[in-house]
Amino acid sequence: MAEQVYWEDVTEGMELPSLVKEPTTRQLVQYAGASGDFYEIHYDKDFAIGNQLDGPILHGALKSAFLGQLVTDWIAPLGSLKRLQCQYRGMDAPGNAITAKGAVTRKYEENGQRMVDCNIWLENSEGQNTTPGYATVILPSRQG
Amino acid sequence: MSTPATFLTEEMRQQAIGVESQPVTMEVEKGHIQRFAEAIGDPNPVYNDEAAARKSSYGGLVAPPTFLRSVRGVNLELPFELSFSRRLDGGSDWEYFQPVRPGDRINAVARVAEMAERTGRLGTMVFMTTITTYTNQFDEVVATQTNTLIAY
Repeated sequence: MAEQVYWEDVTEGMELPSLVKEPTTRQLVQYAGASGDFYEIHYDKDFAIGNQLDGPILHGALKSAFLGQLVTDWIAPLGSLKRLQCQYRGMDAPGNAITAKGAVTRKYEENGQRMVDCNIWLENSEGQNTTPGYATVILPSRQG
Repeated sequence: MSTPATFLTEEMRQQAIGVESQPVTMEVEKGHIQRFAEAIGDPNPVYNDEAAARKSSYGGLVAPPTFLRSVRGVNLELPFELSFSRRLDGGSDWEYFQPVRPGDRINAVARVAEMAERTGRLGTMVFMTTITTYTNQFDEVVATQTNTLIAY
């Protein structure tokens, strides 16, 4: 794991280390089991097609989990996540790699805490942003 | 297509806003956190390694940020039938106030915050925004999740 990111090290526009995910139908079944979301569009091809889809699609909440990991990996182990927002604008299918990306939009202090806002998103293999969002984190300071 | 051309009236919208679910309680189990972290493919040791988790800002094992999605059975009973058979998740917005730890007893209550209708690629679609508040056994709000459900 990378070294701790401190608030002082962050600059606006700075990119977060990206995270590549290669979800499979198997992972969607595993996620269905772990989350209890057994909606069939996520693993049953016939059902998905009957719902005007081309085939199974990723659970939105799984995509939000990927973005959560992008951010928590970046701030680990001492930072903490305050807000994680995203919209499922485009659908992502198992078998297609997606990359979680992020960039710092704002660095500020609030109520004595050192905060950073980021834009975060998932990009498919065609370079389309399927899942735009943002996150707010608290980072540790080098001044303690 | 059996999808109605228009569905939501202002009266229905007013009836829906403010509808609240029954509370649902879930005990957070260490094994469930591990299974969830494995399912999302996140190897962060704060979810499965007690010693490493102790050195983190949380001081012990915690659940991944979206773990509370696994609190199931939070049902909103609308005063009318949402007569669309298909559902999509439109997006979610989490705010975090306290870590979720193994052994926590989490209480979840959802409330309808907004309802709107739009016409798009998939025909008439109803967007329902709900806010779920998750509270632990110390009566601390650990997180809120604002979620948009699309019925079409």
